[in-house]
Amino acid sequence: MQRRIRSLRIHIDTVINGARFGGDVEANVLLIDFLRDQMGLTGTKQSCEVQVCGSCTVLVDGRPVSSCVYLAYELDGSAVETIEGAKDSDFYQKAESALVRHAAVQCGFCTPGLVMTLKSIAENGDATDEAGLRRSLSGNLCRCTGYRSILDAAAEIVGGS
Amino acid sequence: MSSIVIEREVVRQDKAIGSSVPRVDATAKISGAAEYVGDMSVAGILHGKVLRSNVGRAKIHSIDTSAAEAMPGVVAVLTGEDLTDIDPYYGHALRDRPIVAIDEVRFAGEPIAAVAARTEAQAEAALLSIFVEYTDLPVVASLDAALAPDAALVHEGPTREGFAHGLGQLPEREGNVCYRYGFERGDIDEASGLADIVIDRDYEFPAVYQYSMETHSVIAHHAGDEISLWANCQHPFLVRAEIAALFGLSVNRVRIVVPYLGGGFGSKSYTKMEPIAVALARKAGRPVKIVNRVDESMVTTRRHNMKCRMRTFATRDGELLGRQVEFWLDTGAYADNGPRVTATTADAAPGPYRWPSVHIRGHCVYTNTSPAGSYRGFGAIHLQWIGESQIDEIARAAGIDPLEFRRQNLLRPGEEVRPGGRPLDADLVGDVEKAAAAIGWGRERIVNRGLGVSVGLLAAGAHPVSSASVRMDADGEVAVLVGSTEMGQGTRTVMAQIAAEVLSMDPAAITVPGADTRFTPYDRSTGASRSTTVAGKAVELAAREVLDALFETALFFFDAAEREELHADDGRVWFRDESVAYPDLIAKRFGFVGGELRGYGEVKPEKGSGSYAEGPVFWEVCVAGAEVELDRETGVVRILQTSSVADVGKAINPQLIERQDEGGAMQGLGSALFEEMLYTDDGVLLNDTLLDYRIPATEDLPEKMTCIIVENGDGPGPFGAKGCGEGAMAALPAAIVNALTDAGVSMTELPLTPERVWRRIQEIEGQQQEGKP
Ligand code: FES
Ligand code: FES
Repeated sequence: MQRRIRSLRIHIDTVINGARFGGDVEANVLLIDFLRDQMGLTGTKQSCEVQVCGSCTVLVDGRPVSSCVYLAYELDGSAVETIEGAKDSDFYQKAESALVRHAAVQCGFCTPGLVMTLKSIAENGDATDEAGLRRSLSGNLCRCTGYRSILDAAAEIVGGS
Repeated sequence: MSSIVIEREVVRQDKAIGSSVPRVDATAKISGAAEYVGDMSVAGILHGKVLRSNVGRAKIHSIDTSAAEAMPGVVAVLTGEDLTDIDPYYGHALRDRPIVAIDEVRFAGEPIAAVAARTEAQAEAALLSIFVEYTDLPVVASLDAALAPDAALVHEGPTREGFAHGLGQLPEREGNVCYRYGFERGDIDEASGLADIVIDRDYEFPAVYQYSMETHSVIAHHAGDEISLWANCQHPFLVRAEIAALFGLSVNRVRIVVPYLGGGFGSKSYTKMEPIAVALARKAGRPVKIVNRVDESMVTTRRHNMKCRMRTFATRDGELLGRQVEFWLDTGAYADNGPRVTATTADAAPGPYRWPSVHIRGHCVYTNTSPAGSYRGFGAIHLQWIGESQIDEIARAAGIDPLEFRRQNLLRPGEEVRPGGRPLDADLVGDVEKAAAAIGWGRERIVNRGLGVSVGLLAAGAHPVSSASVRMDADGEVAVLVGSTEMGQGTRTVMAQIAAEVLSMDPAAITVPGADTRFTPYDRSTGASRSTTVAGKAVELAAREVLDALFETALFFFDAAEREELHADDGRVWFRDESVAYPDLIAKRFGFVGGELRGYGEVKPEKGSGSYAEGPVFWEVCVAGAEVELDRETGVVRILQTSSVADVGKAINPQLIERQDEGGAMQGLGSALFEEMLYTDDGVLLNDTLLDYRIPATEDLPEKMTCIIVENGDGPGPFGAKGCGEGAMAALPAAIVNALTDAGVSMTELPLTPERVWRRIQEIEGQQQEGKP
């Protein structure tokens, strides 16, 4: 829930999907609103707003964060990557093909956030066995798929081979 | 090792149907390019926020909006006073709900006022400056309170019928009971007199939230005598009719565009946030966008909680004599789909057995809680776990294996399910045998583990009215216009496959845009597992008309040919060993570079009125199996494996069916094990965020889930197909409850939280102690 009683603006310098951004943001603007409403990056979805569902996951300096509970000004000095920025990578090709093949996408609302979490797993070398993936993906809720297809696709995307 | 085992009955050929073509919308969804309402905007848009009641019931004395109106960015503040020029009540079953509260609020969370402002933050801030003066009124926040003899009435005055309940003559409201439905056959008293075995218990079933990840979202614009909506509604044509009636317009003056839905599961069926958005836009004179928070959507709709008493009568040999069921569904402060849910629950009450007598009574009850509507598998999920647990009890009492008992007593195809309705159209014995085999039925007993199966039927298909059109452009590409909304189930892909099959072409050359009521032919709704069966049939018929036109031109093209000598294959019409591509035929037909072929298909009731009583369109099979492990120290129930049967007649896209079953099974697991909305005695929802309302996550996934697809070609849809997607959801809680009983702990209340199970273990152990000499 956003309650902006009065506005206080803070200057930030950041990198958004590889492009430099310098400018003022309101101190109490959430990262998700900054990305979606001000930057027009609507690929990132918002659901629970309380850091449970993972649909709003973006990477800040390569680490997954829930943009629904992260203030935009905290980006100062950091780089943020959203699904729009992840698109042009080998990782993305691999992810897309596995998610399509396993039909691990239904309504798709959880999917961009899931892809970002997978990207961080792939890049940070987290455990990629079934148990490890279940743990790492426990913060990415999906009401549609029942998870089996997501885990199978994930094993292929971030797994050893 | 985790695994998914897929078993198939039929070996398929390489055709557009029967093969798991990739979803047409997958890549757009992965990349974030797919648009949902929340991602959309229109010129001049304002943002709407809703002021909601924080008490369960109160008289409204005054609403002071002057301070809010003066806040920065605020363009309009809506209250009940702005609606005096229209009849502001809606509800497709009972017209009982005001767009915003008028004089009285009936549940905590009910909209009282709404603000449109330039930004969401400004609208939100303005809500804090609206001052409402209330006096609390007595609250009936539970079924017991609402059914007490001296209970305060949630609604007074005459009942007004909604426009689309489809339930015939509605009974008068009695106290807080807003709808009743029941039926009977045979003499239940005689059954009770003859019975050696009587299972007679009371049960409780909780309210839960559908939790589609995308909340209810809408953009509304009311300009002149036209209303435009971009809404994530499952039933755009029913919403259109309701909005037109509310605002006094003809239906063609209301346009509803439906992009992708971020899940539905029934939560976006019928009319939800659309009326308040239109009323606010009307007042503001500009388009308004409302996107609910999760806590707001949780008080917008939910599943009906229920109390039930069920009695099953049998002889000592296990011969079934009769079943008597009475249940009360809590529909909250407004009926929403409660009457239909009541009828469907009653239909599920007997269970698919041969009963000499049944006696079913269902009651739909108003309370001062948030309204309840549709949620995947409704009716069947309410009663299957109860009915099937009593079947297991009788089997045990008669010394018969529960699977064998079902073999002996389940209805066979063609037998009557309920008086006046469609007879059984599925092989239930075959289905349950497969589900049982998949979980290792009959293997040796393992301590603290249990196996269970369950069988049920869900009245599916809703009202059988759908139409569709198929357009082939001059270049041979095809667009399917059909009103089914894509909410994750894959309907756009399936519709493309159906058209591709008829037209013998690649599904990838077929596009299926979302519904736009201005251009898309009428479709009743997306729900009740109906799209493939009913709307899919309309698409098949429409595609056949296009094929007919192609053949018509081909007769000229090949000159000598007879119609019977032509066939279509791979985007061409063939005559002996000659062929011509579709675009060439279209060019030949019009003698010109343009033109198009159009086909139209329509499905309507074949006989009678298509009413609920004559239905359903088909019986959706709800069959599952489960193996559970019980920790007797803590009461924790772990699901080791599950099985579910998708009895689909013909699998148009097997992979999508598996996903529907897996997703449905996981929702069923959540309903069985931990999902539950909790209210205070004053009717305030306590767990209204995902911090304290838990849905299944990866770590809840059982080690093994088996999805069995059965194709007997016995569906009324295209190519013998019938719908699926709800059966696993409805059947799994029942299988889990039966498996837990097999492990030694029988339950009469869901969900099976560790505390509840642990208390029951203590109770059972206490009884066993007492029972000892
Ligand atoms: S919306 Fe951020 S975690 Fe759910
Ligand atoms: S695909 Fe719908 S929530 Fe995951």
